[in-house]
Parts: sequence; C-alpha cells; structure tokens
Amino acid sequence: KASTWKSLIWSLECKVLITKEIQTVTLIPGDGIGPEISTAVMKIFEAAKAPIQWEERNVTAIKGPGGRWMIPPEAKESMNKNKIGLKGPLKTPIAAGHPSMNLLLRKTFDLYANVRPCVSIEGYKTPYTDVDLVTIRENTEGEYSGIEHLIVDGVVQSIKLITEEASRRIAEYAFEYARNNQRTSVTAVHKANIMRMSDGLFLRKCREVAENYKDVKFTEMYLDTVCLNMVQDPSHFDVLVMPNLYGDILSDLCAGLIGGLGVTPSGNIGANGVAIFESVHGTAPDIAGKDLANPTALLLSAVMMLRHMGLHGYAKKIETACFDTIRDEKVLTKDLGGNAKCSEFTADICRRVQDMD
Amino acid sequence: MKIFEAAKAPIQWEERNVTAIKGPGGRWMIPPEAKESMNKNKIGLKGPLKTPIAAGHPSMNLLLRKTFDLYANVRPCVSIEGYKTPYTDVDLVTIRENTEGEYSGIEHLIVDGVVQSIKLITEEASRRIAEYAFEYARNNQRTSVTAVHKANIMRMSDGLFLRKCREVAENYKDVKFTEMYLDTVCLNMVQDPSHFDVLVMPNLYGDILSDLCAGLIGGLGVTPSGNIGANGVAIFESVHGTAPDIAGKDLANPTALLLSAVMMLRHMGLHGYAKKIETACFDTIRDEKVLTKDLGGNAKCSEFTADICRRVQDMD
Repeated sequence: KASTWKSLIWSLECKVLITKEIQTVTLIPGDGIGPEISTAVMKIFEAAKAPIQWEERNVTAIKGPGGRWMIPPEAKESMNKNKIGLKGPLKTPIAAGHPSMNLLLRKTFDLYANVRPCVSIEGYKTPYTDVDLVTIRENTEGEYSGIEHLIVDGVVQSIKLITEEASRRIAEYAFEYARNNQRTSVTAVHKANIMRMSDGLFLRKCREVAENYKDVKFTEMYLDTVCLNMVQDPSHFDVLVMPNLYGDILSDLCAGLIGGLGVTPSGNIGANGVAIFESVHGTAPDIAGKDLANPTALLLSAVMMLRHMGLHGYAKKIETACFDTIRDEKVLTKDLGGNAKCSEFTADICRRVQDMD
Repeated sequence: MKIFEAAKAPIQWEERNVTAIKGPGGRWMIPPEAKESMNKNKIGLKGPLKTPIAAGHPSMNLLLRKTFDLYANVRPCVSIEGYKTPYTDVDLVTIRENTEGEYSGIEHLIVDGVVQSIKLITEEASRRIAEYAFEYARNNQRTSVTAVHKANIMRMSDGLFLRKCREVAENYKDVKFTEMYLDTVCLNMVQDPSHFDVLVMPNLYGDILSDLCAGLIGGLGVTPSGNIGANGVAIFESVHGTAPDIAGKDLANPTALLLSAVMMLRHMGLHGYAKKIETACFDTIRDEKVLTKDLGGNAKCSEFTADICRRVQDMD
C-alpha cells in the first residue's frame, strides 16, 4: 500500500511539474520573412522539446475609441498575460497614417531597456573573432524625446531629456543583468564632459547604483573613446549601459562587429515583468516566402528569451546547435555565404538538437 | 620641421604659444601674438594641448575654435600599409560641423531630477558645412558626399541639416550625393569601410564617427586632422594627447602631426611636396624596420624621423 501511495504521489508530482513547466509565450511573426523565420524557430524549439507553447498574435495598429492608434486588444492581453514575447520584423509604415509599430509597442509596454548581446560567431567571418559584449540602451527618453521647435527662421532646437528615474532604472537593469549573467563589468558610456548636466545626471545615477553592486566592476568611458577603442579591440568590452542615442549607435556598431543585423539577437525589457525579444533586421520583402531567409537572429533572440526565463539548459542546447551548424559551414543560408534553403538550415539545427539528447 | 627641411618644402615656421591669458575685462583669450600670427598667416599647424583641470580657463581647443570660427573638422582616414588593423582598404574623409548641434552647451534643470539639453541646428551652419564638404570633394577628386543624420527621429533639426545638404548638392552635380542614417553608417562601416567616401554631419555624430574612423586605421597616433575657419584660416593638428609619460624621451611617434602637415600642404595647393613627404612616411612604416614603439617597433622618434628624411632626400 505504501509503495502504491508513493508511486501515485510521485506520478502526480511529475504531472504537476510538467504542466507547471510549459510556459506560454506570445509570438508575433511579423511581416515579410517574419512568418517563415518564426516557423523555423518553432520547429527548432519543438526538436529541443523546449517547454514553450506559442500564442500567435498580430500587432498591426488599429484605431481605438477616441481615434487613437493602438495595438489590437488581443495582442495586448496576450502580452500582459504571458509577459514574455518573441517578435519578428515589422514593416515600417510609410503612408499608413499610424506611427511606427515598434514605437507603439515600446509605449504600450514601457519597454525601457534594449539589450543586445553581441558574440562573435565562429564560422561567420568578420574582422573580429573575440567579441563578447552586451549593449544596454535606455529606450524611452534622451535625444529621442521628439520635442523640437523652430526658434526663428532657420534656427531649430531639439530637446534631449534625461531624468533621474529613467537613468536609475536602466542602470539598475544593467547591473542586475551583469550579476545574473556572470558578467565582470558594467561601463557607463557618456559625453558628460560636453553635456555636463544631462549626461552628468545619467552618470551620477549609474555611480549610485554601482554602490549596491560591489561584485560588479564599474567604469565610465566617453562615447568617442569607446568607438575608437571598440574597432581596434572589442575584446576589452563587457556590459555597456548608455542613454538612447548613444545606444542606438553603439548597438548597431556592435552588431556590425559580429556580422550584422541578420545574426544579432535583441531583447526589450519593460515594466511589470514584460519582455519582448526580437530580431532587428528588416522584413526583406524581396526574399519573403521563398524559403531563403536566415532565422539566426530570431533564433538567438529566442535563446536570449529562454535565458531570461531561467531555461538555461534549453538555451545552451539550441544556441550550441545553431553555432555548430554555422561553424560547420556545410548548410548555410545565402547571407551567411552558402546556398541552403531556410528549411534546410533549420533542419540541420533540429537534427543537431535532437542528437544532443 | 626636419622632414619638411629635407623635402625642401617652401615653408617657414613662426612658432607661437597659445596658453590662455586673461585679457582686459577678465575674459580668457589667446595671446595676442598668437592671434595676430594666425590672422596674418592664415595657416597653422598645431600639436596636442594639455587639458586644464583646475586651470580656471576653458579648453584651449574650444578657445581656438571660437576665436577663429573653426567650423569644419576634417579627418581623412586612409589605411596605412605596414600598420596592421582589421581593415586594409579604408579611404574616407569625415567632415564634422564643429560649432553647434549637440554641443551648444545649453542645459537646464527643469524640475528636480529632470534635465534638458538643447541641440541647435541652424540653416547657416548647415549650409556652410555642406558647402565645404562638396568643395572638398571636388578639390580632392572624391566621388561622393554622404550626409549622415537621424532625421527619421529628429525630424526638424536633422531635417534642416539634410535639406541644406540637398540644396548645396544641386550646385555640385559632378559629385554624387547620398544620405544615410548614423546607425546604418556605423553598422556598415565596421563590416566594409571601403564603401564610404566623404561623410558630412552635425557635431556629435562627427565626434563619434571621426573617432570611429580613426580607430579603423589604427588610432589617434596616425590620424591627421584639419580645422577650417572663416576668413581663410585653417589649423591642422594631431588629435592625440600630450603623452606626458614619454615626453622628452625621444620615444614619440610624429606620424599624426606629419600627416596633418601633409594635409596642410594639400590645402595650400602644394601637392607635389605633400605626395613626396606622405610617400616617404608610408614607405618607412611599410618597411617595418624603423618603427616607434606604438607602431610595434623600438626605434627612437629621431631614428624614425631620420628614416623619413632619408627617403625624402632620395626622391630628389
């Protein structure tokens, strides 16, 4: 009787564990090559038996009551419920009348931190082999306040806003990230020698937050010095935290160091535990639907997502399979220098993932 | 000066000191002798100045910029054979608007914890820098000028800058004009800098890009720089620091200042002498036998210099 009870309880525990483990993630395939690379990621996750189920949503802006543009309510509910999202590229509306979808997402979920880990990919040759850094960009204020005025004819001013709150929040995130990901140092990137008050405030908050993270080394560096040194020896850099514009520049510069937007993962951290991971390349309409796309950027963003969720084992498995496929150089999509289809590239990664079990 | 002498360049030097002094009225200024000399000669060559920490006076570079209205900072970046970097085919020029933009210095505390910094873009400064960029492209047989901006985000300010560039481009149909977002430039620059030619941009972007490009060719120790002012004034300078730790020990690398002097010769129309000296300098570096420490060798500054002098003389 005792052993029957034991095995019953044990099997119940297993069921509870298993049902608790599967997490639902909001999936926004996006436009152009978005759907096919999303499919690729889902296939790979399935091959890896990752405990993720996908809830697909569309984020094309709609006009709400009152005439304001907003994200469809189903998409918003899904994100707020699931907290975690994976997103493909969205097409930029030229004359659509509504604002950039990315901007709308950012405002809706207060996505205040843009995080891009840049790691050199063996097998995808660039002038650099040892890049391993993370750019953490404040994504709500700074130079992108959108506040501009015509002063007099021929004289325009653009206002850069730096607040204590946003600076503190991004600095907190950077140090937490460093700690949670076993990073050695956090470097605040700024131009406080020129912009004494604004960047000065940003820097001060970083210094204050650093006091609570003595286990992480804190340094400061001028933006121009970072760029000068970055292209000569990027191996010196670890976690970089900075205001909006500098982050815009540096995150793209660093993506370039490892091979471009086609292989760079990205994550956006919001308030209330929301986090949306996304590929930052375009929709590539010219190759959409032709099974030619490279899903690496979206896949690595999904790996970043797994790590964010604490699923490090699955993250490592999928990431390793992806890197192994690229290193092997046998099945590569065109942008990586090969001539394989997206589905073949995906299948190769799936195979490797399954072989690991 | 030794190298110029060996090249028999038709230049004589008038040495001046620019350590700031307090003028009547208590305002900091450049010594009158230095100012007179620059205004008379129009062309200047400048080494690194130490940054005053508690000297009470503003940065000397800033003072020079204001005094002579040095509105354009120009940096030609060319890969140097023999000085290895991850890139071999860099050949571009950054032209930075150096008077306004994000460096207006106008900042305010709005309420506790909220600060604003004002970026100013004017039609006049934008037009002037665009004009200089196209003139430069034409005079130096460059193929294209690319305006670097973020007008998608900063619609009014960068939008104004871009508009002036487009207007000026109309008068230079012999030069190709393109536009590119700053982040795209950075993304592409580190993957393939050979795509870039002349780049013109507002102040902050120029600050970043000019240093990024210097990094591509090996750093500030080998990068020339020129500042173009109103009234025909032009000051060429090395943009590295004063390196106090090796000062006076015959260890310094004169390449940056030499290449800035070469840039100066070209500005003055003395292309033959410019080519001669530049070639000698590049040959010495390519040969890799007599290199200063920062270039990977262990030669003295005087030895490096002597090698270039020898080559220059051999060319005659």
